[in-house]
Parts: sequence; C-alpha cells; structure tokens
Amino acid sequence: MSNAASSLDTFPRLVRANAERWPRGVAIREKDLGIWQAYTWRDYLERGRRIALGLASLGFVRGDKVAVIGDNRPQLYWAVLGVQALGGVPVPLYQDSIEKELTYIVDHAEARFAIAEDQEQVDKLLHVRERCPRLEQIVYCDPRGLRAYSEPGLQSLAELEERGEKFAVGHASYFDDEVARGRAEDTAVICYTSGTTGPPKGAMLSYRNLVEMGRIAAEGEGLTPRDEAMAYLPMAWVGDHMLSYAQAIVAGFAINCPESGATVLADLKEIGPTYFFAPPRIWENLLTSVMIRIEDAAWPKRRLTHFFLGLAQDLERRRLAGQPLPWLPRLLSPLGRLLVTGPLRDNLGLRRIRIAYTAGEAIGPEIFVFFRALGINVKQLYGMTEASVFVAVQKDGDVRLDTVGTPLPGVEIKISEGGEVLFRSPGVFQGYFKNDEATRQTVEDGWIHSGDAGFLDAAGHLKIIDRARDLGRLADGTTFAPKYLENKLKFSPYVKEAVTLGPGRPYVTALVNIDLGAVGNWAERRGIAYTSYTDLSQKPEVYDLIQQEVLRVNESLREDAVLRGAVIRKFLILHKELDPDDEEITRTRKVRRGHVAQKYAALIDALYAERDRVAVEAQVTYEDGRTATVRADVLIRELPAR
Amino acid sequence: MSDAAGVLLEVSGISVRFGALLALNKVSLAIPRGEIAAIIGPNGAGKTTLLNCISGFYQPYEGTIRFAGRDRTRLSPPDVAALGIARTFQNVALFRGMSVLDNIMTGRLLSMRGNLLLDALWWGPARRQELEHRAFVERIIDFLEIQAIRKTPAGRLPYGLQKRVELARALAAEPQLLLLDEPMAGMNVEEKEDMCRFILDVNSEFGTTIALIEHDMGVVMDISDHVIVLDYGRKIADGPPEQVHKDQAVLDAYLGVAHD
Repeated sequence: MSNAASSLDTFPRLVRANAERWPRGVAIREKDLGIWQAYTWRDYLERGRRIALGLASLGFVRGDKVAVIGDNRPQLYWAVLGVQALGGVPVPLYQDSIEKELTYIVDHAEARFAIAEDQEQVDKLLHVRERCPRLEQIVYCDPRGLRAYSEPGLQSLAELEERGEKFAVGHASYFDDEVARGRAEDTAVICYTSGTTGPPKGAMLSYRNLVEMGRIAAEGEGLTPRDEAMAYLPMAWVGDHMLSYAQAIVAGFAINCPESGATVLADLKEIGPTYFFAPPRIWENLLTSVMIRIEDAAWPKRRLTHFFLGLAQDLERRRLAGQPLPWLPRLLSPLGRLLVTGPLRDNLGLRRIRIAYTAGEAIGPEIFVFFRALGINVKQLYGMTEASVFVAVQKDGDVRLDTVGTPLPGVEIKISEGGEVLFRSPGVFQGYFKNDEATRQTVEDGWIHSGDAGFLDAAGHLKIIDRARDLGRLADGTTFAPKYLENKLKFSPYVKEAVTLGPGRPYVTALVNIDLGAVGNWAERRGIAYTSYTDLSQKPEVYDLIQQEVLRVNESLREDAVLRGAVIRKFLILHKELDPDDEEITRTRKVRRGHVAQKYAALIDALYAERDRVAVEAQVTYEDGRTATVRADVLIRELPAR
Repeated sequence: MSDAAGVLLEVSGISVRFGALLALNKVSLAIPRGEIAAIIGPNGAGKTTLLNCISGFYQPYEGTIRFAGRDRTRLSPPDVAALGIARTFQNVALFRGMSVLDNIMTGRLLSMRGNLLLDALWWGPARRQELEHRAFVERIIDFLEIQAIRKTPAGRLPYGLQKRVELARALAAEPQLLLLDEPMAGMNVEEKEDMCRFILDVNSEFGTTIALIEHDMGVVMDISDHVIVLDYGRKIADGPPEQVHKDQAVLDAYLGVAHD
C-alpha cells in the first residue's frame, strides 16, 4: 500500500489513479456552444495518452520542451499531461504575449514543439519559428481559419491524436512504460516569470515541488473532489498551474473553463465555484463592476445598498482588528445579509465559496474588507513562483487585515538582517533554466530570498511591508511605501492603476490611470462628452473626481504613525493606459517602476517643477508589434494644503 | 453562359428605373461559387439597387437573374431567402429590444415548421426543433465570438458589434450567397480588421459565396477575389482587384475627369 501511495508522485501517475478511482468523476468542464461540457478523469487520461502517443510518433524524446499557449482550454491541460507522460517539460506561455516576448522564451526554452489554441497563436508562432528554427512542430486545437495553411510541421490536435491512435497499434505498452520512467525529481514545468526587471526567467519546478506543496495546501483547506474551481487565469501563471492543474489532480476536484475571456463573470455565476483564486486586479474589477451598478440604481436602492454595505464593512473591520462589535449594527446585520450582501454575493457567483485566495500582489485593505464583509471567505496568500506558490496563508478564523498569515506546514520563514523575508520549503524550485547566476542570487543554502521586506509578528503572522527594493525614504528621511499608497488609490473604482514616486524627492507624487469603464460611465451620467481615453483623462471634471480619491487616501494615511509624512502632494492622470505590450506593467499587472520612471521622465520632472501642464508624446505598441505615437497635453494637479 | 461552370449568380442585362432616373443600365455580372466579390463605385452608382434586385426587393424591368442555375428574376424577398440568399443592411436593421440570441434565432425562421399549439406548450417536435436550431445558432455565436453578449439586448450594443450580430443573423439562414451592404461602414480600424477576418473565415469555413459593397478600398483589395465597379448605373470594370485598381475608367469615375 505504502508502495503504491509513494509512487503517486508524478501527474501522469496521479491522473491514471484518479481515472481508476473516479472513472466518471468530472475533471474538467468547458462551456462550449453555450453548454457546459463535462470531461471525466478517464477522458483526461485518454486524451493525454493520445496526445502523448501522437507526439511520440513525431519523434518526441524525454526532456523535450513544449510551448503551450492559449486561453484555458481542456485540450491544453490534456496536452500538458501528455507532454509530462513522455518525460517532456511543458512551458506555458502568456496568450497575450507579443511576438518579441514569445520569440525570447521559445528560443531560451529550446522548445521543439508548440501546442497552440487557435489561429491567432499559430500566426504568432509561425513568425517566431522563422527566428527559432529549433521549433519544429506546431499543433493547434481550433482549426478555424487554419484550413488553408500549408506550412510544414503544422497540424491540428485531432490529427495528432489520430497519429497517436495509429502509433498505439504497434506500441501497446509505450505510454505506460514512459509514465513508469517518470521520477519525482524530474522537472514538471518551466514557468517563465515576467519579472518587473530584466528579461523573463524560467523557474523549473519538479513533480515533487508541485505535488507536495499542492497536497499540503489542499489538505490544509480540506479540498475534496466535491470542490469546484474556475480555470480562468493565464495558464502561464504559476497560480493557475498550481490550482487548475496540480491541486485539481492531487485533490481530485473539477475545474471549469469559461467560454471566453469576456464571459468569465457570467460563467462564474453559472458555476458557483467553492474554491477561487484571484489576483487583486480581479477583485478590483469585481468591485468596480459592483460599484457601477450601484451608482446606476434608483436612489432608494442605492441608499439601502450603501447603508448596509457600510455597516457590514464596519463590522468586518472591527472583527479583523479583534475589537468588540457594537450591538445595533450586529442586530441589523442579518437584515443587511438578507437584503444586500447575500443577493450581491449570489449575483457575483461567489455564494458557494468556501475558500478564496487573493495572491500575486498585496491587496488594498479596503478591497479586502469589502469582499469579506459580503461574507466571502477571502484570505491572503503569500507566495511566489519559485516556491511553487505557497509560502504563507491566512487560516480560517485567524484572518487579519495587515498580515498575510502563517507559514504552511513544511515551510520555514526567517527574516534576514536587512529585513528581507527568507523561506525554505518542499516547494523550493530547482533553479532558473539556463541561468545559474540568477539562481545563485535567489537561493542560498536552500533558503529563497523573496526580495520582500517584512517581519513576523508576535503571533507568528508574516507581515509584508513592500518590495524591499521599492521601499524608500523621501529627501527629509520620511518612510515611503509606494505599493501601500497605490493599493489605497486603487480601491477607488475610478482608479485602474497608480504609480507613486518619492524616494529621494522632497514630496510624494502619483501617476494615475483612470478606469475607462467606471469614469466613462460617471462622465456619461453627468453629460460630460469625450472622444477618447486621452481626452477623458484630461477633463478638469475628471481631475476633480480623482482629487477626491487622492484626498481620501491622504486622510487615511494621516492615521498611520509611520507613513503619515508621505502624503501625496501632486498627481497627474496619464494620457494612456499602462500596458504590458509597452512593457510598463508585467502580464500579471505588476508595475515595472524602472521602466515607467524612464519612459515618463518628462512627466515626473514636471511634477517636481512649478508647472501645471506638460506636453507628451508616447509610443504605443499594438499586439502585432506595430508602434504608433500618441500626443497629448497632460495636466498637473496640486492638492490644496491642509 | 453555362451554369455548370460553377457560377452561382448570373445577372444578365438588368435595368432598373426610378422615374426618370436610370439606376441600373443593362448590368451583367457573374459570381462563381465560393468567391468573395466586391461591388464598388461612387455614391449613387447603383450598388445598393443591384443588391436589392438580387435579393428580390426590386424587380428589374429588363434582364434576368439566374441563381444556382434557375431563373429567378421575378421572386419576392421571402422566396429569394428560401432559395439561399441572405443579406445585411447598410443601416443596421436589428430588433433592438430583443436579445442577440433571439435576433439570430430569427434568421432560422425560414427553416422552422410552426404549430401554434405545440410551440405554445414547447412540447414534442416543437421543443426538439428549437433545440436543433439553437445548437446551430450557438455554432455561429462561437464562430463570430459574441458569446459574451448572447443575452444583451441588441439595441444596447456598440455599432461594430451590432454589425457583427447582423452578420450572425444572416449566417443563421445558412445561405449559399451572402450579400453584405457596407459591412464595415462607420467602424474603427480594429473593428474593420476583425470584420475582414470574419468574412474571410465565413467564406473558407462554410464555403459561402459572398458579394459585398464596400467603400474602403484597402479592405476591398485585401479580401476580394473579384471586383465589380459601377458608375451611374453602368458596369465600368470587372476583374481581379489588381487589374481593377489600375483601370483608367475606374480612376476617372473616382477622381473625376476634366471636362474641357
């Protein structure tokens, strides 16, 4: 028995075991042609097997790398399994990457094969192949628009699976033999981290890393085959790989692939997941969509909603701070649950949530409180790609606003003399692919240097202050935490992105990106006409609107003993959205400060000069790699002194 | 001319007169099966009139129109639709209060067999029929990537999407010939690119023959196999895009000729 259990240490072997245990248990659902189609664990194994054999017939050898690119599709998860069954290494890529980025990774990873979702990705890969001759075969899932393509080494997944069937005839035990050769120490996946500085690095994670960390976290939360999750985050993000692939297989729960990126919110409502994983950006988007709808409602409804939401948030804030709850709000809160928070939670498709994580970046406290006040068990998760995601997580019933929880079992945390968070766990990665230099900088004696500044409090909770690198001081020595301020700004539905500046400067300033949906809606309701994003962003009314938000942030900052000196003095609204295609933010939407500071140097200089407007020109890059120039006059707003 | 040679639509010498205005003057053209043909010309050249003749909305006073080998000069629009010709309009003509899904379902009406009682009860064959048609419509929704707006009232959509829904409704009729009247008018560059790709995909995936009216010459040159140029109701050029592009008569019609 112990022998059998210990051999369940690679995903192909785990899926085979799942297929035997729950042959009719649902593993993946996908909404296709308007209907949720279910695939069982047996389907998972069977399709993975056919893809593996098809690749084998094309001369696949152990250790080959396979680029996987597209939206979350069952076929792509099967392909990951098929590649792993043969001892290959899948390299998932961001589906919205431009050619330049793809070329870098495909070349660096030495991929011989690529599995793509559709024509859009195939077109990019065909261009990539011109510069990366090592890439031999491209396989696509959706044949639409591709029938007329006659390039060599291009075929559909259906054709590949057919080849696999034929190959199986003479090689009956090939698949099982290959699966048996897999070892827990083998590299299971290479996740390229977009990184806020420098070119992407490929983190190699072993089966042991993913299986053990996945299992520890799943057991900690009591995940079972009855749980349901949404597979909607980019497959290239380690968070999706861990949750939708590793944990789903280890714990045996079903994942649900939305119909398209645009239908996620509607699909969420239909599925009602019990386990949900989202970076702060998704929570922000959800909040914005709620706020827009509330503002559009008739005033009795609006008043009622605001009253009960305020009440619920106030209670939640006290609960998180461990303060006693006043009797009147406590008495009223069941009514609020009945009239406002309950229906709202149901409307968002979050009614059945047992566990929801926010991860990837620090979440603004206001956003966090909002969702917890709705009765959703949102918990902060601290992790990183190099740790196979999980480092620390908040335990049920022990959630606090300002910490990211306690280390998971098997994870050790210590703080370096410089205040940096270091940790060691079974999830510590094998190193960066072909980049020993970077590996040495990150791992020392098995301890990973997270690059985050933080400390462990008396109760053993980890508190993250900011990126160690970003934390700075103003010219007069005042402590300044940019991320903290930015998250406060982003709580506003009108603010999509914010970059604050300060280190070495006399005062703090902010570059703000407005949320086109929310501000556009606001402008329409007030009859403010605008022609474009740039035009809208420079309306004096919009500046007034954003000024209110900045003042609110300053107000709450004055209550913080350490950061009270770092209030925002001036701000401007950027004339274009920060965009990963322009390398201003990463694909996971982390601001690339260095790049932004360099690109908008003229704007930043103006913020620290006595000027009220500045002319700008900016390069924008379209998804096909073309560039264009945007010209505008950007206003600068100084906040009235208090 | 023979119809066996793969010609789907053959228009021979049709003329249309509105009072004293000769809108079409002995226009002849042939569109082979599986082709994308563009009809271009300056304003008032008679492009939409030609389309209206093909779809049976106007009756030419002379000349014949043969479709799939049969003479069908004098048919009403419903009969034409039943033959396998569908169209979209220059100005979007959707049911604004109905959802996108229902709008597209109306494209299936011709192939539905009604029975008031069974339909009202949504029972037996009526139910089966609706499910079959819905399944087909879902394929089109997937094809044109409009899943996210399935249940949105058509009137609330931006213009570019309304155009796409109109295309979806026309496709729902499973036409052999699709007539598109300025499918890209009023769209921005990105919407135009999307629409071009959809038109090309419809052509290659469903094998639908397409005749479209378009003003954007870049689009016309990119996607059509064959261009027909009208000016003052007469056909002045007909051929592959590269050839038409250089044709002197076409240049004169578009740029004007000096009258001494």
